[in-house]
Amino acid sequence: MTGDVAPGQPPQRGVSRRRLLGLLGVGTAGALATGAAGGAIGRATAPEPAAAGPAPTDSVAFTGRHQSGIVTPAQDRLHFVAFDVATDSRDELVDLLKAWTAAARRMTAGHGAGPVGAVDGEQYAPPDDTGEALGLPASGLTLTVGFGPTLFRAADGTDRFGLAARRPEPLAELPAFPGDQLDPAISGGDLCIQACANDPQVAVHAVRNLVRLGVGVVSVRWSQLGFGRTSSTSTGQATPRNLFGFKDGTANLKAENAATLDRFLWVGDGDSGADWLAGGSYLVARRIRMLIEPWDTASLHEQEQVIGRAKGTGAPLGGRAEFDPVDFRARIDAAPAVPRTSHVFLSHPDNAGTAILRRGYSFVDGSDGLGRLDAGLFFIAFQRDPRSGFVQVQRNLRHDALNEYIRHTSSAVFACPPGVRGAGDWWGRALFEG
Amino acid sequence: MFLPDHRIALLTVGVLTALATAACAGGDGQRDGGRKATGTVAVAASDDACDVTDTDLPAGTHTFRVMNKGSKITEFYVYGDGDRVLAEVENIAPGVTRDVLAQLPAGSYEAACKPGMTGNGLRTALTVTGKAAPSPDNEALAQAGPEYQAFVRTQTAQLLAKTTAFVAAVKDGDIPKAKALYPQARLPWERIEPVAESFGDLDPLIDAREGDQEPGQDFTGFHRNEKALWQAGDVSDMGPYADRLLSDVRKIVARADEVTFPPLQIATGAKALLDEIATGKITGEEDRYSHTDLWDFAGNLDGVAAGVDVLRPYLTDADPKLLAQIDDRLAAARSELGKHRAGDGWITYDRLDKAQLRGLSDSITALTESVSRVAAVVAER
Repeated sequence: MTGDVAPGQPPQRGVSRRRLLGLLGVGTAGALATGAAGGAIGRATAPEPAAAGPAPTDSVAFTGRHQSGIVTPAQDRLHFVAFDVATDSRDELVDLLKAWTAAARRMTAGHGAGPVGAVDGEQYAPPDDTGEALGLPASGLTLTVGFGPTLFRAADGTDRFGLAARRPEPLAELPAFPGDQLDPAISGGDLCIQACANDPQVAVHAVRNLVRLGVGVVSVRWSQLGFGRTSSTSTGQATPRNLFGFKDGTANLKAENAATLDRFLWVGDGDSGADWLAGGSYLVARRIRMLIEPWDTASLHEQEQVIGRAKGTGAPLGGRAEFDPVDFRARIDAAPAVPRTSHVFLSHPDNAGTAILRRGYSFVDGSDGLGRLDAGLFFIAFQRDPRSGFVQVQRNLRHDALNEYIRHTSSAVFACPPGVRGAGDWWGRALFEG
Repeated sequence: MFLPDHRIALLTVGVLTALATAACAGGDGQRDGGRKATGTVAVAASDDACDVTDTDLPAGTHTFRVMNKGSKITEFYVYGDGDRVLAEVENIAPGVTRDVLAQLPAGSYEAACKPGMTGNGLRTALTVTGKAAPSPDNEALAQAGPEYQAFVRTQTAQLLAKTTAFVAAVKDGDIPKAKALYPQARLPWERIEPVAESFGDLDPLIDAREGDQEPGQDFTGFHRNEKALWQAGDVSDMGPYADRLLSDVRKIVARADEVTFPPLQIATGAKALLDEIATGKITGEEDRYSHTDLWDFAGNLDGVAAGVDVLRPYLTDADPKLLAQIDDRLAAARSELGKHRAGDGWITYDRLDKAQLRGLSDSITALTESVSRVAAVVAER
């Protein structure tokens, strides 16, 4: 990879559809579903293009108070990977976190994973970078690390790294929800890395090289590729569509209101585990398989009743335009315009009473062996506390009509430490040195 | 496992010739990182000629700079006795120059260009004379070659003895005995697999799986006998195949015994053995009828250990940290494999569950990462 922006190739200044999405922070994510308390904010989501923003090829700052890849405007592509730690040596784990941080600094700036590079090294040694991102720009790459509950205490109860006492209370496996069909092989993990970029090859390159650096210390438990804003079906409309064909993320707010973020997103100073986690956030990941074929044979009316929005405009039922506030009291023929079992009714911040930052991606993992599309939403949400975040929202969805068309097939939760600050800082330093 | 793919030669012997890819780095193919080449030999390849500037070379490492002046994509090889591949570079597009490194002890060789990537190639004889100058601080490394050769010879002796016994059991129609001897006969083969595979004419006759033959080529060798024993349960028609296996093994043993080993080849060979495990044994592809893949796994691992051991005196000084890591990871891989002991052998592949395969795979991945760094340490001498 070369520098941030190739010379002679200035960042785009026109507001392309892709950039508009990025600026608005909607995408499949970058959006904050606000709670009842944030209702007013929830209605302040009218598109308002900013004057100048980053081009899709630009680099995103790696260091800062918070990790990038959380409130960063959602990029187009995802490669998410969860690891089991293979060693019992705390020193080896710390060395790896340092090596990962160094590689992440380089790669997010548009450089290779190692100091030498893919083609300039010793003739007989494997190159310190794999090379498939040579010549590609940084492409908005962000790398976000998280620590799972099992890093602090393994499933068999052992405290391998002397971290058990440091586990924040909210960092625990999620409770079971009705209808869960979780596959343990693609759930959980001691560590995770979320790689997002506007070029899939850049995201894959980053994960591949971090996996390579981790050989012998960590072992990949599962991974997931995702794509977000690849559709070109809408013209000038900011909200992307998910694989059900509906606009997703309308009622969510871009994450620019610091007070709201401090309340719902970032771990605060008085919170459990704040000594190392303040400024961090909890990541919940759920692979949600969409039952595409039954959905595709449902009538338009049924689909809209299930979602609670018009498929074309994205307007809430009973409303006219996408960004109209959802009026839960509106009635059509004496029945609620937005059905009480609809996804919008049950998940809307006004009814869920809480807020999470969603940053998920669509996925298609080929077909399932029975000729059906193995596709859906790889749901990612960030929150200050999973118990009052995702768990609360998901419990509210118990009677969601959408449940007929989706299956949660994986579950994972990670604590993402605050951002890397100076040149000598590394991922998780406060946890391991504190 | 023999694979009908030229890349396998590259993975085994070919890796020691290290390709320098002038084309893909945007034209700056003149990097010299760590290379100790005796000299550069220019090769002008065209559609009907393969002009090598020097055909009388001093022993040592040579860079063959192959310039494709023709209109077809070409390949370049340096062959040893019996078309043993000593250097190889493929897919040289018209107008492109590629470097390939070969370590050549005294002897007779052939350089070959293959315009259109087919046929026997346009060949030029090379004569290499003299002795490669050993560097003075390099005694530890100088010992490695003869020691590894001694190891190879103990294995070829075993291979011959065990194959003879196996073939006799097959011809006697003694199926239980033949089944017991099959994995034992393969064990020495697997310990020196990259050496055997460097004989591209014999390897497929001995170790190819069904379906990997060239058009018109018969399915012969170990796996033909394996199929009859385990799948058909009938070896009455195996006589000619058993005889053929033994005569082919005899030939390969005679040739392997004469091979000498530059240290770099020992290092890359160890890495190639680990690749064999990762691609053939952990997948259960090698012994698809008998499922005795863990014997082969163990053999490959023994071969890695032998390669590391002969390089040990050198690595102890040159990179003790790497050596310690290799020892740790080798022990971890052995201990992982040790979980699947059954009697004096191993359980069959089909009895391994996914978690057990994962454990084996992780241990091999880690060991491979360490062993892959040995070649550079050796080359830096």
